[in-house]
Amino acid sequence: MSETESSTSEVGELSRRPGRERGREDGKFGRYGGQYVPEALMPAIEELADAYERYVLNNEDGFMDEFRERLADFGGRPTPLQRADRLSERYDTEVYLKREDLLHGGAHKLNNALGQVLLAKYMGKERIIAETGAGQHGTATAMAAAHLDMPCTIYMGERDINRQRPNVFRMKLNGSEVKPVTTGRGTLKEAISETMRDWAATVEDTHYVIGSIVGPHPFPVMVRDFQAVISEEAREQTVEKTGGLPTDVVACAGGGSNTMGAFADFVDDESVALHAVEAGGSTLEVDEEAGVAPNSASLFAGEEGVLHGARTKLLQDSDGQIMESHSVSSGLDYAGVGPELAYLVDEGRVDPVAVDDDAALEGFHRLSNTEGIIPALETAHAFGYLEEHHEDLGERVVVNVSGRGDKDLDAAIEETDQRDVPNAPDMSMFTGGM
Amino acid sequence: MGNSEAIAAAFADGPAYVPYLVVGDPDYESSKAYVEALDRGGADVIELGLPFSEPIAEGSTIQEALVRALDAGMTPERFFAFAEELDVDAALVCMTYYNLIYQYGDETGPRPFVERAAAAGIEGLVVPDLPAEEADPLREACDEFGLDLVFIVAPTTRGDRLDRMMENVSGYVYVQARLGTTGARDDVSDQTTESLDRLREYDVPKAVGFGISTGEHAERIVAGGADGIIVGSALVDVVAEGVAEDLSTDEVADRLEALSRELTEGAERGYRSWTTPAESA
Repeated sequence: MSETESSTSEVGELSRRPGRERGREDGKFGRYGGQYVPEALMPAIEELADAYERYVLNNEDGFMDEFRERLADFGGRPTPLQRADRLSERYDTEVYLKREDLLHGGAHKLNNALGQVLLAKYMGKERIIAETGAGQHGTATAMAAAHLDMPCTIYMGERDINRQRPNVFRMKLNGSEVKPVTTGRGTLKEAISETMRDWAATVEDTHYVIGSIVGPHPFPVMVRDFQAVISEEAREQTVEKTGGLPTDVVACAGGGSNTMGAFADFVDDESVALHAVEAGGSTLEVDEEAGVAPNSASLFAGEEGVLHGARTKLLQDSDGQIMESHSVSSGLDYAGVGPELAYLVDEGRVDPVAVDDDAALEGFHRLSNTEGIIPALETAHAFGYLEEHHEDLGERVVVNVSGRGDKDLDAAIEETDQRDVPNAPDMSMFTGGM
Repeated sequence: MGNSEAIAAAFADGPAYVPYLVVGDPDYESSKAYVEALDRGGADVIELGLPFSEPIAEGSTIQEALVRALDAGMTPERFFAFAEELDVDAALVCMTYYNLIYQYGDETGPRPFVERAAAAGIEGLVVPDLPAEEADPLREACDEFGLDLVFIVAPTTRGDRLDRMMENVSGYVYVQARLGTTGARDDVSDQTTESLDRLREYDVPKAVGFGISTGEHAERIVAGGADGIIVGSALVDVVAEGVAEDLSTDEVADRLEALSRELTEGAERGYRSWTTPAESA
């Protein structure tokens, strides 16, 4: 058997793993999911569902082989599973880090962006659009688009542009156009609405690269499948390194793409506990009158509703108006969450937990000063959870390091400055006050 | 083909003028005066926009109007009170997004919203983010309470999807004149003609919307075979100008009534041109 044939059959087998069958047929995860979009987009979504089945599930024209090859050569996969020695000692448990921060671009986002831009090319689309919150998805999409020679426009909330200037520069460096969104509070949900408007006008030749497991079918299943490579590798690497499965997998959750990516191939392993760590912000209370949730914990505090193409759990007021969310990490700052995660939480398979801004910042500093890894503020929530709840966890914990923190340094300095973070470095001698 | 006799009557005799305004824009009382001005200007059906915070199908004109109305305190409950207080002859249709319908009342699901809408005198619903595939529960509730459920047919809607939608539509079909979001334009798209041609075999009134802003547009669209015209952004623009120029409610209402007359007269000219081609020649 040739190498190509071997990899084709392996790819086919992987895409048929039971944990990845959920939602494929009709886009429904129990009561969640679906296709709630303007009529003008429905044909594009049907076309995408058809392309997903042909190219992703059935590896037509060797799509998945090319995807895997590009993920390896351009992306740098597989990423390592690293034992965290100091954290293991601190918590008296085996802590392993799945190093998605080492993927090209510095975050797990490239897995999905590369998959979708390549798929758009196979579909004969001529233009890519995307939206971004923290800028990680936008950066990954801009990189993938440059790599595959596709013109690309990225919508980003004005407030996020100000919070994430290095990522804006990176997107522009890679040749993408960055369009500021000024409506609403100028964050991710407004950017998503704006990108959907662009798509409604350009749907015939444009593909919208949704950045998480949200949106109308087939996006939640397709993004999960592109990200499932994280758990596929983590599962094999854990068995290889330790001789068994982990007891717990911990991942931060905003929209949920790194979360489902880290969980996908463990969902059927009932012995493995799955913890989705949401941004608790400053408090889990909501200000219904002001329409503001000072957190982004839609799994934890949200109610069922319909937004951006899917039925899922949302931060909303009693009338159904979507609330402004908040997190110290702009990458988690979204009022919704992927429908599959909402379903798995209802089923009791995924444990939703929330970590507040203070604990996330402590997690940020702890991973930096104990392990020499500066995590994204999104990722830092997972380490905040580890600090607070390590006694509730089993003997072998895998934490998904979803991204690196270089992009967050300005925000981390500013946020640290506003708080008494016990494990933060003392910068007063350098700056005259930190 | 439909539940509402009032909507059927609106399309029965000549072209229907279907204007849209956002309820509560820029405030409750002015908005009432504006909707009543549309009625005096010849409206047959009035689409009342119930504001949602994430209006993904709307362009900037209507989105800004929705924000003005939300900031002024518009809620579903006040929307229904507004509909009840209106003094108009036109049939009323509510245009909103599905989450508001789904969340209304103590239980989730569309039935409580539809029941309340019917009590408030609403005759139909347009829900831009609810394709036919997801519409069964709402359709059942509409049938129960005698409301029409209007679907939007896009220039991209063809084949099986079109058949499925036309099986489910009632009252009238909203023919989206071009791809994109709502917003006034300066021309009439070829996509409109193609869409009307595709729909000709279906026995349901066809009202064309998206981009109509003048009497001349109305004339051309109706002459092209439309049974009605839907006008939103051009009217919302008048309200926005009133806010920007600090005009009195009466001045804005007069402008809305005048534009409505221009549009209805344009539609009538278009109608005459194909019902009595010899006279117009």
